Amino acid sequence: MNHLNTRSGRRWLQGRWRLGALLGTLLVLTAACSPAAPATSPTTGAHTLEVGATLEPPSMDPFHNAAASIPQVLLYNVYETLVKVDSEGALKPLLAQAWELSEDRTIYTFHLNPAAKFASGQAVDSAAVKASIDRMKADSTITETLRAQLAVIDSVEAPEPAKVVFTLTRPSLMWLYDMSSTLGMVVDPAFTGELGTLTAGSGPYALKTQNKGQSVVLSKNASYWGTPGRFDEVTFRYFSDPNAMNASMLAGDLDVIASLQAPDALPQFADTTRFTTISGTTNGEVVLGLNHDNKALAKKAVRQALTMAIDRKALMDTVWNGQGTLIGSMAVPTDPWYEDLSATNAYDPVKAKELLKDAGYGSGLTLKLRVPVIPYAVKSAQFVASQLRDVGVTAKIEELEFSRWIPEVFTNGDYDLTIVGHVEARDLGKFANPKYYWHYGNAEFAKLYTAADEAGEESAIPLMKQAVRFLADDAAAIWLFALPNLVITSTDVTGVSLNATTLSFDLTTIASR
Amino acid sequence: MSTAGWRLARRVGIFAVSLLGASMLIFVVTAALPGDVAQVLLGMDATPEAVARLRHQLGLDRPLPVQYLSWIGGILTGNFGVSHLSGDPVLALMLPRLAVTLWLVLFGVIGSLVIALPAGLLAALKRRHWQGFLVNALAQVGMAIPVFWGGILLVLLFAVKLRWLPANGYVPLSQDLGKWASHLVLPAVTLSVVQGAVLTRYVRSAFIEVLNEDYYRTARAIGWTPTAALVRHGTRNAAISLVTVLGLQLSTVLVGAIVVEQVFTLPGLGSLLLTAVAQRDLLVVQGTVMFLVLAVLAINALVDFSYLLIDPRQRSGGEET
Repeated sequence: MNHLNTRSGRRWLQGRWRLGALLGTLLVLTAACSPAAPATSPTTGAHTLEVGATLEPPSMDPFHNAAASIPQVLLYNVYETLVKVDSEGALKPLLAQAWELSEDRTIYTFHLNPAAKFASGQAVDSAAVKASIDRMKADSTITETLRAQLAVIDSVEAPEPAKVVFTLTRPSLMWLYDMSSTLGMVVDPAFTGELGTLTAGSGPYALKTQNKGQSVVLSKNASYWGTPGRFDEVTFRYFSDPNAMNASMLAGDLDVIASLQAPDALPQFADTTRFTTISGTTNGEVVLGLNHDNKALAKKAVRQALTMAIDRKALMDTVWNGQGTLIGSMAVPTDPWYEDLSATNAYDPVKAKELLKDAGYGSGLTLKLRVPVIPYAVKSAQFVASQLRDVGVTAKIEELEFSRWIPEVFTNGDYDLTIVGHVEARDLGKFANPKYYWHYGNAEFAKLYTAADEAGEESAIPLMKQAVRFLADDAAAIWLFALPNLVITSTDVTGVSLNATTLSFDLTTIASR
Repeated sequence: MSTAGWRLARRVGIFAVSLLGASMLIFVVTAALPGDVAQVLLGMDATPEAVARLRHQLGLDRPLPVQYLSWIGGILTGNFGVSHLSGDPVLALMLPRLAVTLWLVLFGVIGSLVIALPAGLLAALKRRHWQGFLVNALAQVGMAIPVFWGGILLVLLFAVKLRWLPANGYVPLSQDLGKWASHLVLPAVTLSVVQGAVLTRYVRSAFIEVLNEDYYRTARAIGWTPTAALVRHGTRNAAISLVTVLGLQLSTVLVGAIVVEQVFTLPGLGSLLLTAVAQRDLLVVQGTVMFLVLAVLAINALVDFSYLLIDPRQRSGGEET
């Protein structure tokens, strides 16, 4: 390139530099100009709501994908159920105005609201309800939770358009609660599209778009049959990094953080002129699971000793800023059968040592504590290991990525101790399943639980309480604490549910100024 | 065949063999990951039989070589497969993400050059003065800052404190030019500052080398000012080593973008990869990694070819003269 040695070459080179300078100026200009286009608070005027959430729904089909992030967006907002669970944990009418059950509690008759219609305009009648259940029954690829819940339903009849009759294979208290979740979602029978990408519900909102990797946008169902949605558009934005979500809230880009991931971020939102902090309860029990297949852990005295060795109040204060509820068994404050059992097998390291000695473990006991890499689990594990050391038990901590924890710990039971949050609602029945990863095949508990589930309205709650107490006394597991429902909203937003009693982030009660 | 022709053929051969090796490695490593997508789809309560049934439906129970051949065969015909998790074609998932990552990398590289060239030149010319030491010190600090931390600091200042810019997120260019730009400023600056700091030190040493060359001394002797001589005669000579570094860095930027995407929740390739790994959506993982490998190899090849463009001595073929 000889021209470099000429004057034109010099100009060429200078041209290069000029280009660089131009690009630099452009970059600076972009930076300087962009304050003109910042995200102003999206609530004012536009009637939109921006909700920050953690896990992105992999698809919009709750029937073939077990991800809890799907019903978080769709339940009650897009798809409706016959009955719903309110913020206090009580069953309320939704598509069904009323319902009654037979003497033997196996036949449920629901009276549908005649006004109810799908977003398509078609009426939500008994045939639609029947079709939704029958469609799931005929489908071999639905999620395992749904398959198990469907087993209770013997048949569905639609004698009149506004009357639908469910016949159960056995009486069940839990069944109606299940019907308030994904199992009960009524899908428009006229819909023939792909449920993974489109929705066909009767709720106040419908899916507008899903921006993979980013957000799900719902728009108002203009022809909603009930109280219309208060927002024209609701955007769920997904953040895999909790710090990014907090920053977005602080910057005013979000109206709501649906669930604060770590309570140590709370002080950031202390400014009450900008933010409202809601602190309620969830269905999430943080369980220190004991593998009953382990020789030592099969002994009740050892399990009780381990429970007594751990100061659960101090643990909650240390790892979760004191946010949460001490529960002591597999029930949370919004369960009708809840009572505070945290005093059962209360913290008493001296007695714990005695019990261990009597059980033949006076000289020590070594256990594998394998936990998934989830903040509460990892932090709790360190606290637990340190307290167990004080009573002569060595807990060897191993942290596993969640997708490795499932096959190794959950499926194959390769562990002695583990810590994980159980977020499903009313899930104490899991202890009645000897194949479940705790391998707690206690026949007495299973009998108590089944009796309570099949009992009539009045006797069910006391019987269920008995079952819950049995678990606590038997130290079937160690209940560390119940996760709090920490929601941050801008002060403009009102009506967010105090407690997270279902998987839904219920938009129907939320409004903004 | 001419020397250049041979060189080209050799380059393409290496390229193809590296790709094939990389594809096998990617496949074996991802297949060895414990956990699988069938379990993720069916939920924790799924029975082993149900998981096995779904694995069969998804074709995950076929022998590994068969799975590999069907995967690589698909890629050769432009079919990256379908995500088990969402049912979307992998390519359709990747392309919109690729656009985000490319913008980020493009602005990141431009920004780092805008920082590094003048700063490195200054540091070389004034290397025994306070300006040189200052640039050096700043470059050291810039290198020491982890990308994610730098990003968080910028967010705290410009988004949370001053509220000039959005803290994170992304708006496509086709949707809104202003919002697109405002969402890219902080991530691009983050990437530029850190990469610029690294590059500054290379620019400095490349120019210092030029300062010791005969042609520079001659240029000075005939009356050129130091800056003019350096810019006039030094740039092209320094460019050879700089392009090498830039090529290497481009690969780092591509990977560094994963972290930046995470901090700023940009829906780029990096965030796609992370989610897919966590959910064991293996075809998406394999497709994305394969694409990144392809990009890095292509950059390396381009760097090799660019030597020919910059350095006339390489073009003529030393053996022939």
